[in-house]
Amino acid sequence: MENPIARAPAYEGKASMGDTETRSPARPRRPRKSRPKPETLVGYYRQMLLIRRFEERAARAYTEAKIGGYCHLNLGEEATVTGLMAALDPRDYLFTNYREHGYALARGIESRRVMAELYGRSTGVSKGWGGSMHLFDTGSRLLGGYGIVGGQLPLATGAALAISYRGGDEVVMCQMGDGTTNIGAFHESLNMAALWNLPIVYVVVNNGLGMGTTVAHSSAEPELHKRAAAYRMEGAQVDGSDVTAVRDAASAAVELARAESRPFLLETTSPRLRGHSVVDPARYRTAEEKDELKAADPLARFALELEEHGVLDAEARDKLDADVKAEVDDAAAFADQSPHPDVSTLFDYTYATPVAGESRRLPADPVF
Amino acid sequence: MATVTYRQALRDTLRAEMLRDEDVFLMGEEIGVFEGSYKITEGLLKEFGPRRVRDTPIAEEGFVGAAIGAAMLGLRPVVEIMTINFSLLALDQIVNHAAKIYGMFGGQCSVPMVIRTPGGGGQQLGATHSQNVELFYSFIPGLKVLAPSTPAEASSMLKAAIRDDDPVLFLENLALYNTRGEVPEELAPAEIGRAAVTREGTDITIVAYSRMAHVAAEVAEKLAADGISAEIVDLRSLRPLDRETIVASVRRTGSAVVAEDDWLTYGIGAEIAATIQEGAFDWLDAPVRRVAMAEVPLPYSKPLELAALPSADSLVTAVHDTLAATGRR
Repeated sequence: MENPIARAPAYEGKASMGDTETRSPARPRRPRKSRPKPETLVGYYRQMLLIRRFEERAARAYTEAKIGGYCHLNLGEEATVTGLMAALDPRDYLFTNYREHGYALARGIESRRVMAELYGRSTGVSKGWGGSMHLFDTGSRLLGGYGIVGGQLPLATGAALAISYRGGDEVVMCQMGDGTTNIGAFHESLNMAALWNLPIVYVVVNNGLGMGTTVAHSSAEPELHKRAAAYRMEGAQVDGSDVTAVRDAASAAVELARAESRPFLLETTSPRLRGHSVVDPARYRTAEEKDELKAADPLARFALELEEHGVLDAEARDKLDADVKAEVDDAAAFADQSPHPDVSTLFDYTYATPVAGESRRLPADPVF
Repeated sequence: MATVTYRQALRDTLRAEMLRDEDVFLMGEEIGVFEGSYKITEGLLKEFGPRRVRDTPIAEEGFVGAAIGAAMLGLRPVVEIMTINFSLLALDQIVNHAAKIYGMFGGQCSVPMVIRTPGGGGQQLGATHSQNVELFYSFIPGLKVLAPSTPAEASSMLKAAIRDDDPVLFLENLALYNTRGEVPEELAPAEIGRAAVTREGTDITIVAYSRMAHVAAEVAEKLAADGISAEIVDLRSLRPLDRETIVASVRRTGSAVVAEDDWLTYGIGAEIAATIQEGAFDWLDAPVRRVAMAEVPLPYSKPLELAALPSADSLVTAVHDTLAATGRR
């Protein structure tokens, strides 16, 4: 079978996402502050707003039992997600953890297909087989959200190895949460990537909490990007609430990986506005902490910044909000009206190369 | 047709597949400069270079996962894990990732990779280095588990495994590497998922795989001298399992003994016995018997190790007991 992943035409990204007046510098440690065009900034704002409204809609659908299983949201991480994705080319590959709805949207996948996957429908990106934690899309080179903490790291490292093996100029970005830096796969992957000079950017999205455990409570070196030093790898930390700063830092890291085939460890810091998943009320947070979170909301901060600079006034913002709300409502309606996968397809995806003797037995069926 | 060792058959096949397909490459601990802990990759680094024969750090989870990731982009990595004991370090990547990626993402991405690894006790390697845990992988939908017992099968099944689009756990055995057999020059890839009746008989079926298939052959010779006609089914593939061949044999012979190198409780033999009772209940003249390793962490001491491992003598005993229970003699 021809492998569709490496041969698939890369997704044509949104023009507004990667377009800036200044090119990113070659050295990653001191990325120059770029000055994106107003329409680029508005594009970022719309992207962040879409993630916000999409996740709010997903939370609602979850409480309505439209969405099953686990449901982890990118609320509070909109600037991080948007900035990171703006740094990637359509030809680049992305691996993420299970908190990845926003990444799929920012990679350009239709919100309808993302929501439909959350609803478990056949029109979803993974045809209803993956759910919230396992979004995958060949065309946009999102090579999976992964539900096992750290599972995506060796895989992403191997994808970078394949690029290096073929002499390609693509880059892999591998996103993870802060808690992942303590699992063995983190060490094994970063060691191999540095040893073999692989074109990969590891991104630690540090939202301060692994479920309810703080970074300080779980990591002997809580400044997570510093762990890069153990592999003679470059690392940097960036304010994950500042979309342009994230984009600049990520672009510099991606450029280093592309031009010099060297790995990079980027840490973004941002608040997780809600609990670990939809069902988590976050009782481990104090009332003061919750108030601080509201003040730290990156979307509100960005809206204010754009208004102050005369890029986007309240009226235009309201119009965008209505536009995004319509898109999200449409996505939810599409998902709700989409068919569930047909039970006759239950055995279609166990093996890519079918074999004799493969079991197609339902629970009550006899073996003979 | 050349007579070669199991080891040589593996090496020759790896080389031929690498020459045939640029996407095939090797990864593992000590496979390059050291030429393999069991010398399966002897000479291959010199011939193909470090790009295609990649020494890895001691990081099973990492390099097995990296092979999966490379396979997702269409390469065909063949990973060597020094022994199956160390595959446990990579269990998450094999079970949660290699086996799941095709299904979990709705068939968008296959994982065409092979994990070669030897099992086997009897070398006084102690408890952690003498296990046969192929069952763990045989349990998992999405994986294919092959266990060739001859040099020709090692070659034809490795070819099939490399060309297959799914992750394949390719089980070798320390005790088999020096065994010899004929390997035809132009050997076609094996059909995955087929057992073979390697000896026809009428009195009893012995179901075995890997090293125990050799023990079964030796035992069948001894039994023939006593006038007992034993049929041998060599499983060759543990997943998928060729239930039809097993059941057809037992329907002919009316009794069965399973010979396995793993532990008895919940072992491969338990699945075979369940298969036989479901498919050949009315044909059975005696309960299905299992010959398996004693349920202990395998000791270092030679007498203790020998007592724990299934042997030709233990299989002969089980066959005689089973035939006595049929009441035919």
